[in-house]
This record gives sequence, C-alpha cells and structure tokens, in this order.
Amino acid sequence: MQVTYYPGCSLEGTARDYAASLTAVCKALGVELIELEDWNCCGATAAHALNHHAAIALAGRNLALAEKEGRDLVVPCPLCFNRLKTAAQALTGDKRQSYDYAFQGDIKIYDLADFLAQEPLLQLLASRVSQPLPGLKAVCYYGCMASRPPGITEAPDHENPTSMDRILSKLGVEVKPWSYKTDCCGASHLIARRDIVFKLVGRLYDKAVEAGANCMVVSCQMCQANLDLYQDKILRELERSYYLPIFYFTELIGLALGLSQARQWGHMHFVPPARLLAGVGLISC
Amino acid sequence: MLSNPKLIPEVQFMAQVEQDSGIAVSACYQCKKCTNGCPVTFAMDLYPDQVIRLVQIGQQKAVLNCSTIWVCSACETCTTRCPNEVDVAGIMDYLKEQAIKSGIDIPQPRTYAFHRVFLEDIGRRGRVFEGGLLPRYMFQSGEIWRKLKDRELKDDLELAYHLFRKGRLALTPQGIRARAAIKKILANSTG
Ligand code: SF4
Ligand code: SF4
Repeated sequence: MQVTYYPGCSLEGTARDYAASLTAVCKALGVELIELEDWNCCGATAAHALNHHAAIALAGRNLALAEKEGRDLVVPCPLCFNRLKTAAQALTGDKRQSYDYAFQGDIKIYDLADFLAQEPLLQLLASRVSQPLPGLKAVCYYGCMASRPPGITEAPDHENPTSMDRILSKLGVEVKPWSYKTDCCGASHLIARRDIVFKLVGRLYDKAVEAGANCMVVSCQMCQANLDLYQDKILRELERSYYLPIFYFTELIGLALGLSQARQWGHMHFVPPARLLAGVGLISC
Repeated sequence: MLSNPKLIPEVQFMAQVEQDSGIAVSACYQCKKCTNGCPVTFAMDLYPDQVIRLVQIGQQKAVLNCSTIWVCSACETCTTRCPNEVDVAGIMDYLKEQAIKSGIDIPQPRTYAFHRVFLEDIGRRGRVFEGGLLPRYMFQSGEIWRKLKDRELKDDLELAYHLFRKGRLALTPQGIRARAAIKKILANSTG
C-alpha cells in the first residue's frame, strides 16, 4: 500500500525518534511512505495565532501538492494534521476563492494513529507480533489536536479516542483506562510560558500514576517533548518521585514486532525507558 | 474591568467581529461551558465566557488588551463543547490578529515574540529549524537577559546539549525549493 507522507518540521529535529520508529514500522507492515515532494511547514500554532489567511495558505499549498500525487495523505504530527484538515475545510468552503491554492478534497487526510488502527492493518499487526509486551501498563495520551474540534478532525469519538488503545492491546500492553486522554499539555507554551506547561503536565503525571500506569504512550511530538524533556525538573518541583517513560506508540509497535532498531529509539528519550523494559523482562541490561 | 459602572454597551463591534470572522458570537447565552472545560483559566485575566460577553457588549479595548487571548493554548475544548457552536478558540485567534493590527502593547510579549520568530523562520526557508528558532526567540523577546540573571540559561544550554547528544537537535536547516511561494503567502497575508 502506498500513501503520501507529510513528516512536518519537528520530525526532522526533536522528534527524530518518532520519525525513525514510524518509518521502520510502516515498512514492516508493508505501508510504503512516499514523502510529499517539497512540502512546507504547516504554519503550526504561530500562523493561526497571528495570521489566519497565511495559516490556511501555508497548509493549503501542501494539500494542493498532495492532491496532485493522488494518494491519501498520512500525517504523524497531530498539529500538522489539524492544520491540514482546517485548510482542507477552508479550501472547499465558500471562501476558497480568496486563496491561491486549490484543493478538491479528493484525497483523504489521516492522522497516523488512526491510519494504523484501521481494522485490516490492525489484524496484520496482531499476526506479526513476535515479542508481546506484558508488564507494560500504559495510559494512552492523545492530546488535543487529533481530536478537536470534531467538525474539523472528523474524529469519531473526540472525547474518548481509541486508536492507540486498540493498537497497544494487540501488542500485549495492559492499557489502563483514564479520563485525561485528550486534556491539554500546554503545547507550544513550553517556550514562552513553561510555567503553564509544567502545571498541566504535573497533573497528567499524577493522573497517569493514579490510573496504575508505568509509562505513557503518545502520538504527538509536542506532547512527547512536554512530558519527557523536563520530567525530572517538574517532578522535583512537585516533590514526586515517579519514573514514567514516554513512548511513541510506534516505538512500542517496533519492539513488539521485534525490529532490531527498536531498542535504539529509547536512547533518544530524556526519561530512559531501559530500566522499565528491563524491569518487566523485555530487555536484559 | 467587569465591575466598571460606566461600562457602556456598544453594538457595532460585535457586528464587525461576526462579519470578519464568520463566528456567531451573538449565539452565546453565557452558560460558561467553555470556561469550565478550559485547561488554562488559572493563567487568564478574563475567562473565555467573559471574553465572548465583552465582545457582545462592544468592549473592544478590554478584549484586545487582555492576556487571555495569548494564554489560550488553542486546545479547542471550548469550541468543541459550546452548545451554541460559538468558535471560542477562533475568536481568541481573531482578537490576537486585531490586537496586533491596532498596534497596542501586547500584554504577553514573550508569547507574541515566539509566534513572530516562528513565522519569520517559515518565511526564511519554508520549514522551521528548531536549532535556530530558540536563540532567535531569546534575543527578540529579551528572554536572554532574564535567563542570564536567574540562571535559567544554564538549564536551556544543558537541554540543548542533551538534545544534541541524543540526536534530537538538527544542526543544519532544511529548506524547500519553492521559497518564493512561501514568501508570497506571508507577504499577501499580512496587512
Ligand atoms: S460555551 Fe458557548 S454559549 Fe456557553 S458561555 Fe461559552 S461561548 Fe457562550
Ligand atoms: S482553546 Fe483556549 S480558551 Fe478554549 S478551552 Fe482551550 S485554552 Fe481555553
């Protein structure tokens, strides 16, 4: 199966672990990712905060390019996904004339987790698991952008998304229910108002531990950064002593498929997962 | 602000907002569901429902000058849950644009500087280069001086070092070929 792949800027930098793991996993599952030729930044939070028209046009250029390629578009970053979906709606709406980029809506735009959780792929995944992951107790943390607002994302259950839950269950991970799946982590406030992020993230740690999790699993590189980079510092300020590795769901798929590279990805994390993985007998160290 | 006895309703402003943004602010009946689900009310000077109400009664100055529109994390919870389909998050964006156009002092200058630097970076190459973004932000926002003083800079440098060591810091920016198209988007859209 071939799809067009829109990586987004972070996957060339701070989220290289996400990029590496999703590329390996897609390959193993027979999904050929063809990177969108000459893609540009979706505009992210900055564009829609300062300039609505530019936000639609920046994302819109990518859609116009992708539509020419004809394949469905798969997007790992939920913020990029959200911006592209927003542009898709604007470019097919009654103000489409005010933009230089045309999009008919002939291709589908998928959030990566939703894409991989489609039933046929899920069955294939289940049949390929060679190293189940018992002992991992995870809460799935989806964040905001793949779900809200549902009028844009077309998420089937925006208050209770299940794509990662369904994937992880196939891997033998014990998925813990919790009520904070789509709460906000503070997103790009990490730079200018990290106090806001620290407060929101601190609560997420508390709630994850309360739910009985020994790790958190995400599909968003902003969530991963916010939960991973400063975990030490946030917990010190809160006087807590948790240890919560933050995995991308694709990293766990890679481990369960027994991919040889999969152990390397964890080395890129700030909260090293090796101690957890060794503790539950998944690696020896 | 809200307890100001001399607050005089002015109806033109809401009509303007509705026309420009396409968002039906008048549909709000003040149920406060937006505010109850908002994750960052603790850092706001006006609650989301208050911003909407102040737009309804034409308090342009109050809403353009508030911190709330900048503190909003764009999580879209309010927009999703409003029973009257008021796109509250969309109003936050619309008001930020208006605040900039009106030339007032932005009450959250660091957040504004971050967005600005980010957008400029897109204009430069068509993609964002995280490694260049942060230093530029620190100088533009003046954060560098504060961080020097209270030693937060040491944290930041340590973070950068670890990102680098772990292979998560790209050292060379990626640019696209169609930079002219991106420059055109940003030039056409401002103004
Ligand atoms: S949820 Fe909607 S109707 Fe209720 S106060 Fe907020 S904007 Fe108004
Ligand atoms: S979009 Fe902004 S105002 Fe609305 S709930 Fe989220 S943070 Fe609050």
